[in-house]
Amino acid sequence: MTALKVAVWRGGESGHFQEFEVPRLASQTVLDVVTYIQRSLDPTLSYRFACRVGMCGSCAMTVNGKARWTCRTHVSRVAVDDRLELAPLANLPTVKDLVTDMSAFFDKWAAARGRFRGDTTRKDDFARVKPDSPRRKLVDEAIECIGCGVCYSSCDVVSWNPDYLGPAALNRAWTLCNDVRDVDRRARLEAVAGDAGCHACHTQMGCTERCPKQLSPTAAIAGLKRAALAAALKGEL
Amino acid sequence: MNIRTQVLLWGAQRVSAAVLALCVIVHLATIVYAVRNGLDAAEILGRTRGNPSWAAFYAVFVAAVTVHAPIGLRSILSETFGWRGRGLDVAMFAVALTLLTWGSRAVYAVFGA
Ligand code: SF4
Ligand code: SF4
Ligand code: FES
Repeated sequence: MTALKVAVWRGGESGHFQEFEVPRLASQTVLDVVTYIQRSLDPTLSYRFACRVGMCGSCAMTVNGKARWTCRTHVSRVAVDDRLELAPLANLPTVKDLVTDMSAFFDKWAAARGRFRGDTTRKDDFARVKPDSPRRKLVDEAIECIGCGVCYSSCDVVSWNPDYLGPAALNRAWTLCNDVRDVDRRARLEAVAGDAGCHACHTQMGCTERCPKQLSPTAAIAGLKRAALAAALKGEL
Repeated sequence: MNIRTQVLLWGAQRVSAAVLALCVIVHLATIVYAVRNGLDAAEILGRTRGNPSWAAFYAVFVAAVTVHAPIGLRSILSETFGWRGRGLDVAMFAVALTLLTWGSRAVYAVFGA
């Protein structure tokens, strides 16, 4: 059986890579590798996961230099010469080892008004939204986000401008802007427009290339840019 | 700077980029034409001076540069050096005025004088 050589980040903001040898198995995921290290080699290793099936968004790390969800990334796809380098996500403060503090990431969802607000009560009838209506289709394209932070960690603008809301929060805002039941559209456009919002995006598509759910935050952001410009021209911002 | 102004600046940069793309093509074609035909400065000025079409073209060119360059520079400076806020905006306004002044002098030189 061959062995994988795995360099794992240890420490907080400052630290070092520690080398481990992990048995190479068939169909092994990067998360399997991390779990093996923690269960069999060093129980002090800290990392995050929950669902192991690509739903919860908690297992993202930097794998050989690129942000990825680790539970659904096969070692065979990413190991170079049976080597892996595992580090915490970029653009977020490291708490310990492979664990980052994701507060800023989620605070920005709140700042982008990523919460639905309707104006009906339980006494009203259900809203009827046709699945093939144009706005519902735009929602479909962006709705499957699992909040993993891979896009946020892959975006250069986030590293250059710490106030930038980032691709995931803007993508979320775009789904709500296209929700015909939502009544917060104007305030949301104001929250996501301008220098710290969608207009800061350089359309380099790092987020879209890396998003494990194959979403395109870039397209969502382009939609927000146009919607906000239209609102600004009408004097609604 | 308020949000609305930020958004309108973004829009202005998009529009001025489209104008610049056209202007640069025309400008390059003009240079190639002048070089190919061996025109010297006096001959070029002979054709542009007093010609309102050239004056209008270069006035539009200068206007587009005046709008486009400072907005882009503002982003570059804030992303590269973390410079933000009123000081940056005032400085970029000064850059715009400088570009407008130099550009207008150039337009005046090829058209009038
Ligand atoms: S497209 Fe925009 S949001 Fe996505 S990585 Fe590039 S700059 Fe960031
Ligand atoms: S948009 Fe994609 S990469 Fe970004 S948080 Fe959502 S699922 Fe993850
Ligand atoms: S562990 Fe839930 S997405 Fe990977």
